[in-house]
Amino acid sequence: MSSMSFDIAHLLAGSILVLSFVLLYQDRVSAVLNVFALQAVALSLSVAWQAAIQNAPHLLVTAGIALVMKGIVIPAALHRIVRRLGIHREVEEVLGAGPTMLTGLGLVALSILLVLPAGQNVSILVREDLAFALAVILLGLLMMITRRNAVTQIVGFMSLENGLVLAATGAKGMPLVVEISVAFSVLIVLIVFGVFVFRIRERFDTVDVGALDQFRGEQGERL
Amino acid sequence: MISSLHAVLLIPAVAVLVLALVPGYRLGAFLNMLASGLTFAAGASLLFDPNYRSDILIVDEFNGYLVTLTTFVAFTTSIFSASYIGHEIETGRLTPQFLRFYHALYQAMLCSMNVALVANNVGLLWVGIEVATLSTVMMVGIYRTPEAVEAAWKYFILGSVGIALAFFGTILVYLAAQEALGEGLSAMAFDTMARNAARFDPNLLSLAFIFLLVGYGTKVGLAPFHAWLPDAHAEGPTPISAVLSGLLLNVALYALLRFKIILSANPKTLNVGLILIVLGLVSLVFAAFMLYRRRDIKRLFAYSSIEHMGIITFAFGMGGPLANFAGLLHMTMHSLTKSAIFFAVGHIAQVKGTQRIADIKGLSTTHPVLAVGLALGVIAIAGLPPFGVFTSEFMLVTSTFARQPLLAVLLIFGLIVAFGALVLRLQDVLFGEASGPSGEVKATYVPLFLHIALVLMAGLWLPEPVVRWFKVVAAQLG
Repeated sequence: MSSMSFDIAHLLAGSILVLSFVLLYQDRVSAVLNVFALQAVALSLSVAWQAAIQNAPHLLVTAGIALVMKGIVIPAALHRIVRRLGIHREVEEVLGAGPTMLTGLGLVALSILLVLPAGQNVSILVREDLAFALAVILLGLLMMITRRNAVTQIVGFMSLENGLVLAATGAKGMPLVVEISVAFSVLIVLIVFGVFVFRIRERFDTVDVGALDQFRGEQGERL
Repeated sequence: MISSLHAVLLIPAVAVLVLALVPGYRLGAFLNMLASGLTFAAGASLLFDPNYRSDILIVDEFNGYLVTLTTFVAFTTSIFSASYIGHEIETGRLTPQFLRFYHALYQAMLCSMNVALVANNVGLLWVGIEVATLSTVMMVGIYRTPEAVEAAWKYFILGSVGIALAFFGTILVYLAAQEALGEGLSAMAFDTMARNAARFDPNLLSLAFIFLLVGYGTKVGLAPFHAWLPDAHAEGPTPISAVLSGLLLNVALYALLRFKIILSANPKTLNVGLILIVLGLVSLVFAAFMLYRRRDIKRLFAYSSIEHMGIITFAFGMGGPLANFAGLLHMTMHSLTKSAIFFAVGHIAQVKGTQRIADIKGLSTTHPVLAVGLALGVIAIAGLPPFGVFTSEFMLVTSTFARQPLLAVLLIFGLIVAFGALVLRLQDVLFGEASGPSGEVKATYVPLFLHIALVLMAGLWLPEPVVRWFKVVAAQLG
């Protein structure tokens, strides 16, 4: 593999990771959605590049889905919902931006330490792709934990999924699964977010998940 | 042979479409039973010739037995569900429109669990478990009360994070196998992988298992990852609690065991047995203590499910013919007993109009039949003779004593703590001074007592073919 194609793959995977960090310190919901859309575009470019260097045209389908669904349709729909429902425009944080970023750095270090030494037989590109992907997954998790708002939690989950797609497409020649999983992930996003956002809205006049806490089954009742 | 394998997948898939279109809830409930019954017939017929493999699907002794168990419990639960939802319609907790949705999802869940069980492809197994999770998430939230939405949300978030990690693990397994098996569909088949595992990259395989363990372990409800389980059990409709506990946890554990077979074929990977032993014991002891603080009867039995999944995981972690045998038997007994208990609890909660343990009292005077059913179920699940749960726990304890006495002490400790909690919590429910409504129950007792009879029979006399069958599977698990 030429070093040029290697570098481009790196650049694209790296930019997805950087965008994961950008997601972490946004303080407005609409900005979160825009950054997520940008990340989806970066993902689709990365997948398309993998399709080119692996000579695997079917990956282009995955790239297309990522671009159209995650890059355009879902962010647009979420924007609409945020506007229509008059949800708080600010992101409610559990942990401030500084500590979150530091934790994120730690997670990136962790994923590099975990993945790079394992699998000496797998090519270095695949391993680095995996390290990037794991870092994106962990940052997605971090975002789900440190943000209370249901919309931002969903974005965290979808960004986590971007990491999964990155990993799956990096694994050369993995059959079937990419298509199935991508189709499913789109399905999940649509169903779940339809069901939940509306139900939560209907019940609480807020999409802040923190408001759900008082309804935890056994809490607040003494034995 | 092939046709009954396809039937196990196709009947529920067709039923999803039909049930989504059928308007009346009575007809829906009937069709739900019919489809589940037919699926069970197809599943049971897999037992006659459990030998089929392609790169996508596989049937062997291990999953043949689990498909039968799954479809059987799904069938009996559909009977229970039919009488359960009649009451929910009357009280207006569910509308006929929602029931249409509910029945379609029930079959979707059955179909996806069967897909997960008969999948030979690592990715297909993942898809099956994912769809099963999503369909149960929606059913947990179906009452749309604040508690139900909270439970479903929590289940969705934790379940999908778990499933995402499992997918990453799946990719790593594929990469670990890539050098030995190359690319393409055949490189992702469980049986091919297990045969060639010795040539896989051990580090990558170990790393993969960690992700799979956290991912599917969340679905099993093992202790540090169990947070979704009690809420999902308590707030959803009771038939769903029955299939969650009785079936879905098993399916997730089955996924872990399939990967365990691959890892144990490669001596240089990490010690899977040890990890399972630790997680199993932690779940057992933790859940046993948590039982004492429960106030909600469905939550109580949800924690009891965590406890029993801990015991089963521990058994498979110990490994060897005897412990594996005990694990398989316990898996079966727990499924049957726990779903029977939920059948009883479902009707009890309906007649009493509450799930609070403190408000349910003196069942033996107000509803003697339900009280007998619940009492038998609790005696069985607490591990008292002559029920089948006792047999499997006894086998596990003795075989552990012979090999690792210290671990056996911990195991017995957990079992006794859990036993005490169940007795303490349920004494008043059964024998206290009668309180609350004592109206008629419109219930079918058939599924409840059928399950208990089966558990009792297994405790008294395990038929020879079953023993032989479990021995084959125990050997396969290594």
